[in-house]
Amino acid sequence: MIRVGALADIPVGEAIRVEADVPIAVFRVSVDGADGADGAVYAIDDTCTHQKASLSDGWLDGCMVECPLHATCFDLRTGLPDGPPAKVPVRTHQVVVMDGMVYLKLAEHTREQEVEVA
Amino acid sequence: MIASVTVVGASLAGLSTARALRAQGYQGRLTVVGAEHHPPYDRPPLSKEYLAGTLDRTELDLLTPEDDALTADWLLGRTAIALDTDERAVVLDGGERLVSDAVVIATGARARQLAGPALPGPALAGPVLPGPALPGPALAGPALAGPALAGPALAGVHTVRTVDDATALRAELVPGARLVLIGGGFIGAEIASTANGLGVDVVVVEALGVPLAGPLGTEIGQACAALHAEHGVRLITGVPVQRVLGADRVRAVQLADGRELPADVVVVGIGSTPCVEWLAGSGLAVDAASGGVRTDAYCATEVPGVVAVGDCASAYRRRAGGPVRLEHWTNALKHPASAAATLLGAPSAASADHEVPYFWSDQYGARLQFAGHRVHGDQVEVTEGDVDARSFLAVYRRDGDPVAVFAMNRPKPFVRWRRELASRATAAVTSAP
Repeated sequence: MIRVGALADIPVGEAIRVEADVPIAVFRVSVDGADGADGAVYAIDDTCTHQKASLSDGWLDGCMVECPLHATCFDLRTGLPDGPPAKVPVRTHQVVVMDGMVYLKLAEHTREQEVEVA
Repeated sequence: MIASVTVVGASLAGLSTARALRAQGYQGRLTVVGAEHHPPYDRPPLSKEYLAGTLDRTELDLLTPEDDALTADWLLGRTAIALDTDERAVVLDGGERLVSDAVVIATGARARQLAGPALPGPALAGPVLPGPALPGPALAGPALAGPALAGPALAGVHTVRTVDDATALRAELVPGARLVLIGGGFIGAEIASTANGLGVDVVVVEALGVPLAGPLGTEIGQACAALHAEHGVRLITGVPVQRVLGADRVRAVQLADGRELPADVVVVGIGSTPCVEWLAGSGLAVDAASGGVRTDAYCATEVPGVVAVGDCASAYRRRAGGPVRLEHWTNALKHPASAAATLLGAPSAASADHEVPYFWSDQYGARLQFAGHRVHGDQVEVTEGDVDARSFLAVYRRDGDPVAVFAMNRPKPFVRWRRELASRATAAVTSAP
């Protein structure tokens, strides 16, 4: 697992970028998490699957983030794009919040590979 | 209820209209005519990643497996040469007439050539160029709606509009080649940046005193122009090009002040012209200033059942106070939803981009983004970051009100500003009488 940092350091409605093997965007959305915590946390690949843009710079609306370059919206829960120009989902990563600290468990393969495996 | 639609133009605007029609419930016959032989593809990478060789041809394709559900008849490699509005018949190059209940004009624009008698253009403030010029009448006839002009007569002189153009140019951008770019606008700057990255020796010639001063204003144009020198690309401003020299192949570009710039390759990037000549005689109004087909805010022309979208359309925009023709990718992507609603008789709402147009450009690793309507006289102020550090955001104001925003390498605050301008525009439009 990758240690991201303290939950308190990610403001609700904001995102931070984590440098792993590839950059990861970690979002704290204003929708409450399943555990009732104030602001659920989601992680996806930071780079848009369409063209090079950092999704952590995007506009966050609920559980959707809009790419800052071409405005495709990705669902943070599934990684799916809502329409063109992006055609390929972003990878989603498992987030674990423990003792006020945020950790990531990175997905091993791309969404396309997951589909092939399935 | 319409039962057949012919979309003329198979690039982003035409494809987006086809998609929007189906998404909005249209179940009738759908025919898409494209002058190029290629199925719809994305053009922005043609001056950047595709030209650099970092993006494959297949990655340009816009069609996805879901687009099979469009069940459209694709007539590719076919050019529309006339529109008979009485019958709503699109006449193709072979004389065939496609009669349908509705027609979508999405024929786009083509690169303006260094050519012929009387091609106007701010970038060519100087004498009209003889030489490699194409004869003016090449603009008439079937060539129009597509990859169009047969290409400059002199080998080594290029324009970049189609994937075939970009493929041809890429073959000539070998390390050490001397490239002269005529025109320092967005296309010129992007190609200069790409060529520079490929080890090509690049000179950019701009007729204006400051490149991009038209769309961005002098201050921001200056900040963008500085990127050239910073990366070892020579920029010559304020001097029009006199002519391109060479026998069979280009050897130099001669400036109006007599200077000769040796050149192995020349790219002409002096803007584009809407492909609307095929509509001559149709009775559709063309906006005199921009050359685009006049429409209302929802893409409707004066002829019922005929709409126009994308680069070839001059749509009414309330914030601008009149028709505006945009060549922006986002306009071609978003505006067609309005066109589809208009044809289907559904309530139409123009997208936020309609009133706050957006475009971006990538040059020398810098990301430039702009949204809004800027006119001469607007005040611009850098509100965060540092111009010299190539990371800043600037806001344009008119009578104190923000009207546009520009960012270099500042995507996050830019996105917020773009939203803010869109919500202001929407509020203004809604509250207007």
